[in-house]
This record gives sequence, C-alpha cells and structure tokens, in this order.
Amino acid sequence: MVRVDSTGRSNSLIQVRGLDKTYKRGGEEIHVLQGLNLDVDKGDFVAFMGPSGSGKTTLLNLLGGLDVPTRGSISVAGDEVTNMSAAKLTQWRARHVGFIFQMYNLIPVLTAFQNVELPLLLTKLSKSDRRRHVETALGVVGLSERMNHYPRQLSGGQEQRVAIARAIVADPTFLLCDEPTGDLDRKSADEIMNLIIRLVKEFGKTVLMVTHDPVVAKLADLELHLEKGLLVEAGQQQNAYAGGAA
Amino acid sequence: MKFRGLIFANLFRKKIRLILTVGSFAVALFLFSFLAVVKGAFGRGADIAGADRLITINRISIIQPLPLNYRDKILRVPGVVAITHNNWFGGVYQDEKNFFPQFAIDVENQRKVLPELKVPDDQWANFVKDRQGAIAGAKTAARFGWKIGDRIPIKTTIFGGATTWEFNLDGIYHSERPGGDESQFWFQWDAFEEGVPKSFKDHVGWYVLKIENPDDAPRIAKAIDDAFSNSDFETKTETESAFAAGWVKQFGNIEFLILSIGGVVFFTLLLVTGNTMAISVRERFGELGTLKAIGFSDRTILFFVLAESLLISLIGGLLGLGLAALAIPALAKALNGLLPELILSPAILSVGLGTALLVGIVSGLLPGIGAMRMRVVNALRRV
Repeated sequence: MVRVDSTGRSNSLIQVRGLDKTYKRGGEEIHVLQGLNLDVDKGDFVAFMGPSGSGKTTLLNLLGGLDVPTRGSISVAGDEVTNMSAAKLTQWRARHVGFIFQMYNLIPVLTAFQNVELPLLLTKLSKSDRRRHVETALGVVGLSERMNHYPRQLSGGQEQRVAIARAIVADPTFLLCDEPTGDLDRKSADEIMNLIIRLVKEFGKTVLMVTHDPVVAKLADLELHLEKGLLVEAGQQQNAYAGGAA
Repeated sequence: MKFRGLIFANLFRKKIRLILTVGSFAVALFLFSFLAVVKGAFGRGADIAGADRLITINRISIIQPLPLNYRDKILRVPGVVAITHNNWFGGVYQDEKNFFPQFAIDVENQRKVLPELKVPDDQWANFVKDRQGAIAGAKTAARFGWKIGDRIPIKTTIFGGATTWEFNLDGIYHSERPGGDESQFWFQWDAFEEGVPKSFKDHVGWYVLKIENPDDAPRIAKAIDDAFSNSDFETKTETESAFAAGWVKQFGNIEFLILSIGGVVFFTLLLVTGNTMAISVRERFGELGTLKAIGFSDRTILFFVLAESLLISLIGGLLGLGLAALAIPALAKALNGLLPELILSPAILSVGLGTALLVGIVSGLLPGIGAMRMRVVNALRRV
C-alpha cells in the first residue's frame, strides 16, 4: 500500500520522511522537494508524474542512492540510506536497486549477454552461475536468441528489454524506472510496460517509475503527482493490464 | 579476471585511435632503445676501464706523439708497476668503410698491462717470433672471416704515403670482460718502427700504465705530468676511465644529447597518451556513470581507466622494444664497425618497459581520478 501522508515509523519496504532537496543556482536557492513523505510496500508499482523540473528524476535519484538529500531520511528494508558513506551507498545500490533508464544506458561495446552480466560481476558468483542467471534474465525479457547481439544490432524496444534484464538479473529489492518508454514508439512502449507489469505481478517486484506519459502512468497501482515539491495522490488507478495482458 | 571482457572491449572501442596511440609508444620506445644503445656503446669504454690503469698522452692532443724515452722515466715513478705503449696506425683494409682500429703494440709489455685481453700462449708465441705477425680481436676476425694464417693487407694512410703493409694473422684475442673491445688489430712495434719514415721513429702515440694501488692514481698522474712540464712534449695523465670518457666527449656531450631527446620524447608521449585517455574517458562519462549507478565502486572505475592506459603502454612498449631488438643488430651490421658495438641489454629493455608503464600510469591517472570523482547524476545527464 502506498501512502504519502505518513510521518511516523511504519513497516513499509521504502520509507521517506521529510525529504528536502535544494539546489543553488546563481546564488538563488531552488527547493525541488519540500518535506516529502512516502511509504511504499513490497510489490507496489508507483508512477510519479509532473511537469518538467518538478523533481521527479531528483526523487528517483534520491531513492536510488545516486544523490543525497538536503534534509530528511530514506530507509529501504530497514537500511537508513541517507546516513551511508559513498562507498557503502555504492554497495547498497548494487544489492538493492535495479535501474532502468530512458536511453537504456547499455554499454555499446558489450553484447546483450555482457551488458546483463555487469551487475553480477560485483558478486561472488562463479562464471557458470553468472551465465545461468543472465540466461534466465534474458529469457524473462524474451531475448534469449539475441544474447550475442550488440546494442547497435537491436531495436530500441529490444535495447530497453536488455536494460530491464540487467536491472533484474541480480534480483534487487526494487526497480527504479526513469521514463522507461520515453524513447520508444507506442507498440514498443506497450511491450515494455507489459514486461514491467509482469515483473510486478508474477515476480512480486517493487517498481517506482517516473513518466510523462499519462497512458503509461495509469498502468501503475498508484499515480502520484509532484507539485511544488510535494507528492499529491491522483487516486488509486485501475490497472488496465490486470490479469496479465502482456 | 572477471573484468577482462569489459577492459578489452573498451580498449578496442576506437581501433584507429588505439593503433595511433600504441604506435606512438612503439616509436618512442624504439627511439629510447636506440639512444640508450648508442649511449651504452660510447660509454662502455669508461665503464669497463681498469681502475688500476692510467693513460699518458701528449698534453696538446692525443694525435701528437710522445718520445719513446719517456717510458723508463715513467716506470721509475713510485707506484707504477708496468708500462706499455701504442701507436695508432689508421690503415684501410680493402675499403675505407671497413673501419677497425689498428695499433702498433709493445709486445714485451702488452699482456702485463692489459691482461684481460686474452691470447692463447701458442698463438702469442708465434706472434712474438713473426715480425710481420698480427693479432686480431675476435669480433674483427669474425667480421671479415679471417682465420689464423691468413695474410692481411692494410694500406697506410698516415705513414709513408699509400703503401700497403702485409701482416700474418698469428692469433685472435678475446676480452675477459663482458662488453670488452674485441675489434682491435695489433702488430709489432718493431715492425712499425722499421716501416715508418724517420720523422716518426722513436715516438709513441700514448702510454698505458699499470699502477699498484688505484687510490694512488691522482698522485702518480701528477708526478708524471710534473716530471715532463716545460718540456717539448708535456704530458697529460689520467685514469683509463677518464680517458675513455674524454674520448667520447670529442663527439659532443652524448649523454646530455640522449637524455634531452629521450626526455622530450617521453614528455610528448605523456601528453599524447594523457590526451587520448582524457578524450576516451570524456566520451564515456555516461557509461561510467551507468556503471557507478549499477554499483561499480570509484576504485573499480579508476582501475578500469588505469588498466586501459597500462595495456596501451604495455602493447606499445613491447612492440617498440621488439622492433628495436630486430633493428639494432641489423643497424650494427650496416654501420660496419663505425660505432662501438651496439648492445640492446636486458637492462635497457627493463628500463624501457618500466618507463613505458610509468607513462601509462601517469597518463591514465588524471582522467581516472576525474572519472572516479564524477557525480553519477551529472554523468547520467550526458547519456
């Protein structure tokens, strides 16, 4: 269950309390996030919407441990993320966060297999175990036949599916998706969203997604709007893909 | 090494750039090896000179002679245990390009003063008995395919016009010291005295002295030079090492020249490689940011950049040194003895490779630290 009004402790997977983020630009302070609260349970699928510059990506970066807040706290599965050193935070990201980016962010000189294997290089898994995990992840996204292809040999939708395989291969605690369909045509976007919904429904993944696209946002369990640095609930959404339309 | 695939994939990302950078390393290392070999060749005389030997030459110049009667006076200086003398012959064997040094030697004392230049006793005995006899260094004998018993004609260019002197090769000497000179050609002083015009008789080119204690060298040198001061033939006495170093200086300050060129080459190489690595890292900021987001640590990112830079320097370095190993013997052959022996020693190879790796580390360090310190959120904006 997602809540945006809690202030006390909860048993939620992700707890955000009093989150502020302020940038200084030319002597002027810009308050992007102001006292933001959020609770996300395991298996939730949340979409963040809002106009450009509203702080959606900033919120995602903070939740993913890529940036540090000016004030407030973020706790994930009991770990206080905001108190971690940079080195600890890197290890935490490797273990708990799967990133899916708008531009896929694949390494162009590596094959699909090698791209998906990257997070596993940080684990103690043997080469054969890594291969097994990568093949499973590529199987989930339906690209088992393309594992030796380079990104330039794949379509945009296929590239994003490789990126999703990379995000899930190490079985992270939650997935952060920054405009995952922003660079895709409608058909490819639908395929990607079906895949994300399948990850939530079939594999119980927790997904937090930023999007500009209201059609995509409505597929989430809950759509939240960022307005003036605060989260505003748009109401529980009816999942159009409920039952697995993928 | 599980990161091997990623490192090599990045290394071969821009093949032309890789070839050019590796090529720069190869050329620089080849040049370094060549210069180091030339420096070694010129300096070897000083390096292997006997500590217990002094050389006495005419104070004006080595090409000016000294009287033969100085020999006994020098021998009487306390601390001098043996003395021998040489004359430069400067002849031509078949063709001017077949250069090798020829000396008229003092048969009686040569082996006492220069014991490291070994001639088998039977060959030496034949040489002593043969007024037209000669001894050749092993290198020169091998160069011209000479065997004992061969007749060697050498045309003089200094003594008595363009006449040809005939010698019988009675022996071949080897140097006991690694890198010692095996290119000389010796013949008897008596034959020289008989053959040269009257104006050259009773004069020697220089004296070589063996002293009892190397610590006494400055005192003995001063005593000899003082003894002949204000004479028609003033002397200059110095250690064999100083003499060899002075000989090299006649060609210019070779060490300074080589160090200067080497320094410029490596500094340029540092700039070229540093620039290549900086561009390579800047192009990949987004990718490096993605790796950091996934969980690759700052140190691992630094390691990737340094590994790439080190691989470039290693490949280029090995290529350059390999080329040098092939080219320097061929060059030495082509020079036909005009320069002292060119030896590409393991020490030169080690220093070359070490320097290449050092340049690799230094050139990768700054871009690597930049990549290590970059903020992930800034890097991801560049994708």
